[in-house]
Amino acid sequence: MTYKKELLEIKNLHAGVEGKEIIKGLNLTINEGEVHAIMGPNGAGKSTLSHILTGKPGYVVSSGEILFHGKNLLDLKTEERALEGLFLMMQYPVEIEGVPMMTFLKYAMNAKRKYQGLEELDMSEFMKTVRKQASKLNISSEMLKRAINVGFSGGEKKRMETLQMALLNPDLAILDEADSGLDIDALKTVFLGINALLDGKKSLLIITHHDDLFEYVKPDFVHVFSDGKIIKSGDQTLAFTLEAKGYTDFINEAKC
Amino acid sequence: MAQKPDIIDESGEKYKYGFTTDIEVESVPKGLSEDIIRLISAKKNEPEWLLERRLKAYRHWLTLKEPTWAKVSYDKINYQDLFYYAAPKQKVKPNSLNEVSSELLDTYNKLGIPLKEQEVLAGVVAVDAVFDSVSVATTYRAKLAEKGIIFCSISEAVQNHPDLVQKYLGSVVPYTDNFFACLNSAVFTDGSFVYIPKGVKSPMELSSYFRINAQNTGQFERTLIIAEEGSYVSYLEGCTAPRRDENQLHAAIVEIVVLDDAEVKYSTVQNWYPGDKDGKGGVYNFVTKRALCAGLRSKVSWTQVETGSSVTWKYPSCVLKGDYSSGEFYSVALTNNYQQADTGTKMIHIGAHTTSKIISKGISAGHSDQTYRGLVKVAKSALNARNYSQCDSLLIGPTCGSHTTPYIENANRSAVLEHEATTSKISEEQLFYLKSRGMKEEDAVGLIVNGFCKEVMQKLPMEFAIEASKLININLEGSVG
Repeated sequence: MTYKKELLEIKNLHAGVEGKEIIKGLNLTINEGEVHAIMGPNGAGKSTLSHILTGKPGYVVSSGEILFHGKNLLDLKTEERALEGLFLMMQYPVEIEGVPMMTFLKYAMNAKRKYQGLEELDMSEFMKTVRKQASKLNISSEMLKRAINVGFSGGEKKRMETLQMALLNPDLAILDEADSGLDIDALKTVFLGINALLDGKKSLLIITHHDDLFEYVKPDFVHVFSDGKIIKSGDQTLAFTLEAKGYTDFINEAKC
Repeated sequence: MAQKPDIIDESGEKYKYGFTTDIEVESVPKGLSEDIIRLISAKKNEPEWLLERRLKAYRHWLTLKEPTWAKVSYDKINYQDLFYYAAPKQKVKPNSLNEVSSELLDTYNKLGIPLKEQEVLAGVVAVDAVFDSVSVATTYRAKLAEKGIIFCSISEAVQNHPDLVQKYLGSVVPYTDNFFACLNSAVFTDGSFVYIPKGVKSPMELSSYFRINAQNTGQFERTLIIAEEGSYVSYLEGCTAPRRDENQLHAAIVEIVVLDDAEVKYSTVQNWYPGDKDGKGGVYNFVTKRALCAGLRSKVSWTQVETGSSVTWKYPSCVLKGDYSSGEFYSVALTNNYQQADTGTKMIHIGAHTTSKIISKGISAGHSDQTYRGLVKVAKSALNARNYSQCDSLLIGPTCGSHTTPYIENANRSAVLEHEATTSKISEEQLFYLKSRGMKEEDAVGLIVNGFCKEVMQKLPMEFAIEASKLININLEGSVG
C-alpha cells in the first residue's frame, strides 16, 4: 500500500443554517486521487455539506475542523477556496443575464492563473483551450456565446459545469446532485466527461441519491449519510445494497 | 510645466483624472453681470446679434428661479462667486496642433486623448478638445473638410459660419427653456460645432473632450450639431475634471438638428469628478440636451454612460416632429458613495408614425440616490405613434436609493405606449456562483453590473464601450464587502 496524501480532512463537524444544526458530528478524510460518494435520503444534509465546504453565506460552522491541503479551510473566503483547488459543481447553476459564458470563463481561468503566478492566457490560447474541452462535452460554440446559463436546459447546464471543472482543473471537485434532472444520455455525457478528467491526483466528492452514475464514475468509497453524519462506509457494493434495500430499511437496520 | 501626479490620493480615491494642470489662465473677474457678459463677448470678438442674445437671456435669467422639482439636494449655488470665463494662456492662437502648448497636449495625453493626429486611432476619430472655457484643438479638420464637414469649436463657427449659427443656435433649446439653459445662453463660452452636408456620411467618429481645470470656474459649453438631408454622423463626448474640495458647476446645452432621412448618434461617457467617498466636492452636472428630428424619417439616438458628477440633472430628449422620425435613448447611470442623479429623457411625438425607444439602466451603490425621470408625450397630431420604455434598476447594498418616475401624456388614441420597469438587488446566489469559481467579490459585482448594462453598452462605439466598462468597474470599487 503506497502512502496517500491527505487532501481534505473533516473532523467532528457540526454545522447548520439559520440556527438549525444540520451536520451533526461528521468525520471524513479524502486522499489525493480518491473518489468518494455520499449517499443518503433527501433532507439528510448532503447539500449543506457542499455549501459549508465552499463557504456559502448563511451557513455556519459551530464546531469541528476542516483542513484542505493542510490549511484551515474555514479561514478562507469562497474565492480563496476555489483558488486553492476546490470546485463545486452546482445542483442548480444560477443564470446571469448579459454576461457571456466566454467572458466568465476567461475571468475565472485568469484568476486562477494569477493565483498560481502564471501569465494571463492570450486570447487565441484561451479560445483553443476552451474549444478543445467544449467539443469533448458536445458544447457548441453557439452555447458558449450565450449568457451564463441563460436559457440552458438541465443537461446543458451540467455540461457547462463540467466544462468549468475541466478548465479550472481543481484538486477536489464536489458534485452536488450532479445527476439530478438528467436523462440517460445527458448523464452519460456528463459523467464520462468527468471520468475523463480523473488523472490519479484529482479527487471527487459525489453527493447523490442514486447509483446510476457509478456506471461511468466508479467510487472508491461509498458513505451512507443520515441525520447529519456518516452512518456506514464501504466500497461500491454498499451502494448496491443500499439501492436494493431502500434508505429507510437500510438506515433502520444500521441503527440496530 | 508641472502636473501633480496625484492619481491616487491618500484616501485611496480611485478617480484617476483628478490631477490639475498648472497653466497660466486668463480669466474675467468673478461674478455675473451685463458687463461680464459684454467682456466675454468682446474677448470672443462676437457679432452684435450674439451679444444681444446673451443679454436677452441674462435679463430673462434674472427673473427665473432655480428648479427644485428634481430629487436632488445640494448647497445653494452662489452665482456671483463663480468665474464665467477661464482660458489657458497661449502666446498665439494655435493654427495647427504643433502650436498647441505642451502643457495642454500632455494633459490630454494623460487623459488618454492624444491630440496628435497620427496617434488618434489610425484616423477613425476626430477630436475637439475643450479646456475650461475654450476649445484648444480640433483634429482632422482638413480630412473632414474634403467631404464638406465642418467640425470646429463653436467660437470659430460664430466667426466663420455665422449664417448657420444664427439660424440654428437656440432653435432646439430656446433661452427661455429652463433656468440652467438660460444661464448657459447668457454665458456660454465654447463647445463644438458640427455640420454635415446633404448626403454625406461622416467617414469618422467625431468626438469632443471636455475638461474643467480652473478652480471656481463654471463650464458652460454649447454644442450644436446640424445633420442635413440624408447625412449621418456618430458623435462622442467625454468629460473629466480635477478632484477639488469645492463643487464645480457645469451647465451645458447640446442641440441637434436632424433633417430628412438624416441620422445622428450621440454618445456620452460622463466622468466628471464625482466627489470623494464622503460626498465632498464634485461636479454639478446640470445639462440640457435635445435633438429635433425636423424632417421625414429623421433619426436620432442618445447613448449615455453616466458615472461621474456629484449631482446630475440631465434629460437628453427628442422632439419627433417629422413624420416617421424616430428617437432612441439608451442610458446607464451608476451612482456610488453620495452621488445623486436625476436623469432620464423626454420623447415628444408630434409627427405621424413616429417611434421612440427608451432603455434605462440605473445602478445605485453606497449612499447614493438615483431617479429615472422620463416623459413620453404624444401630441394630437402624432397618429400611430409608438413608444417602448424599459427602466431597470439595480441596487447594491442597503443604503442606496432608486426611484422611477415615468410620465405619460397621450393626446392621440392611436398611440401604442409600453412601459416596463424592474428593480432588483445583486443576488447572493449570483455572487456566490462567481466567487466559487475564484473571482473576487469586486470582480464578480463588476461582471454582473456590466451584464446588467449590456444592452446599452452595445450601443456605444467599440473603443468607448471598453472604456465605459472599465469606468463602471472603477466606480463600483468600495461598493461591496
